[in-house]
Amino acid sequence: MISKIKLAPWLATIGLFVFWEVVCRLFSVPEFILPTPSASIAAMIEYWPAIWQNAFYTFWVTMVGFALAVIFGLALGLVTGASAVVYSAIYPLLVGFNSIPKVAIVPVLVVWFGIGTIPAILTAFTISFFPIVVNVATGLATLEPELKDVLRSLGARKIDILLKVGVPRSMPYFFASLKVAVTLAFVGTVISETVAGNAGMGHLMLTASSSFRVPLVFAGLLVIAAMGVGMYVVFVLVERRFVGWAFRGGDNG
Amino acid sequence: MTAFVELEQVTMTYGGPGIDTVPAVADASLTIKQGEFVAMVGPSGCGKSSLLKIVSGLMPADKGITRVAGEPVTRPLTMVGMAFQNATLLPWRTTLENVLLPLEVSRTHRGSFRRKKAEHLETARALLKTVGLEGYEDHAPYELSGGMQQRASLCRALIHAPDLLLLDEPFAALDAFTREELWGVLQDLWMQRKFTVILVTHDLREAVYLADRVYVVSKRPGRIVYERPIPLARPRTLESTFDQDFVDLVHKLRDHIGEVRAS
Repeated sequence: MISKIKLAPWLATIGLFVFWEVVCRLFSVPEFILPTPSASIAAMIEYWPAIWQNAFYTFWVTMVGFALAVIFGLALGLVTGASAVVYSAIYPLLVGFNSIPKVAIVPVLVVWFGIGTIPAILTAFTISFFPIVVNVATGLATLEPELKDVLRSLGARKIDILLKVGVPRSMPYFFASLKVAVTLAFVGTVISETVAGNAGMGHLMLTASSSFRVPLVFAGLLVIAAMGVGMYVVFVLVERRFVGWAFRGGDNG
Repeated sequence: MTAFVELEQVTMTYGGPGIDTVPAVADASLTIKQGEFVAMVGPSGCGKSSLLKIVSGLMPADKGITRVAGEPVTRPLTMVGMAFQNATLLPWRTTLENVLLPLEVSRTHRGSFRRKKAEHLETARALLKTVGLEGYEDHAPYELSGGMQQRASLCRALIHAPDLLLLDEPFAALDAFTREELWGVLQDLWMQRKFTVILVTHDLREAVYLADRVYVVSKRPGRIVYERPIPLARPRTLESTFDQDFVDLVHKLRDHIGEVRAS
C-alpha cells in the first residue's frame, strides 16, 4: 500500500508526459504551438549551458527574496497574531496588498531600483510574504481559550505565553506556509525577469519565445517547475524534522 | 475552618451588563470552607462554568463581592489549578514537560525554576506515579489515551500545590469506566492534600461520589437553587455508589434538576 503511494507521483508525472507526447504526435501539433516533451528535453540538453547559468541565477534570486519573506513574514506574523488590535488593524492591509497583481508593481520597482536583480528579489519577497504572515498569525490567534485560562490563572506573563505556547503552536502553520511560499517565490522572480530583466529564466524564455524557439521556452518551464518541486520537497523534510509532533506519530514520525 | 471562597449576590453578564442580555449568573451566593470539596450541578449552559471564571478572577462579575482567602478577587488569582473537559496538553512536550509547565510560568515559581529543576522533576514524577502514569513520563500526549491525558492534565493542575482546584467537567469526555476510575484517583489526591475543590459537572453520581456539598444551579440566568451536604463516609468506593443512601442522594438531586429544567 505504502509503495503504491510512493510510486504514484512518479507514475502520474510520467503518464502526463506520455499523454502530452502522444497528443502532439497524433494531431501533428506544430512545434511552435506546443512542442513535444521530447523536443523540450532535447532543447534543454542543447542549450544546457545557458539554461544552467540562468536557472542558477533565478534560483539564488528566489532564495534571497524567500529568505527576506521568511524573516519579515515570521516577525510580522508573530506581532499580528500576538495582539488582537494589531491583527484587526493590519489584516485588511495585508489582504489588499496581496490582491495587487505583482506584475503591476514590477515597473514601479524598476523605476526605483533599475532593471536587474533587486526588483526580482523584491517581487519574490512580496509574493511569498503573505502566506507566511497569515499562517503564523493564525497559529497564534487560535490558541485554545481553556489553555489561555490555565496560563492566566497561573499569573503567566504575556511573553511567557507567547514563547512557551504561542510560538511552538504556530510552528506547524509556519512550516506548512513555507512549502507554499517557496513555490510562489519562483513565480515572483520569473515575473520580474520576464517584465524587466536582463538575466534569469524569465528573461531566457522571453528571448526564446520572441525568436519562436518554443521548445526552449518549454525547457525553461520544466526547469522552473523542477526547482519548485525540489524546494517544496526540501521544506517537507524540514517540516517533518522540526514539527514532527504535529503529525501525530503517523507514518511521518 | 473559615470561609475560603465566598460569593455574595454575584451577577455576571458576558460582555458586561446590557439592556436585554440574560445574565450568565444571577445573585449567586455561596461559601466554601478551606479544604472542602464542592460540586455544582445543573443543566448545560446554566452558568456553572461562568461561576468558576468569576471565582478564578478570569472574568469580573458585574455586581456582588467575590472573596478568596479573605481577599476580594479583582484580577486572575495565581494559586489556582484548573482542568477542563479538554485536556489541552501541549503536543510538542512530553507528559513530564507538560506537567512542569505551571512551574515554568507561574508568578511564584518561574524565578527559581532552573535552580530547583531537579526538585521539581522529582515532584512531577511522584505526582504522575500517584495518578498511575509511571512509565509514561517521556511519552507524547498523542500516545496517551483520553483517560491518561486527563490524568496528566490533573497533575498539571496540581503540580504547583494550589490551594484551590477548579474543575470544569474534567471527566465528561471519557468513557464510563475510565471516568469512575478517575473519581477514585481524584478522591485519593484530595484526601492526601486537602486542597479546596470546586467541581462543575452534570453527572449527579460524580457529584455525590466526590463532593462534601452539592449546589444545584438553575438554568440561565444561573442561580443557586438548592444546596445539599453529602455526609457519606470516605473514602467512597464504587461499591458504595450502589448503597441506598448514595442512591437516595442522587435521586434527591435529580428531582431538583428536574424542577429546574421544567421551570
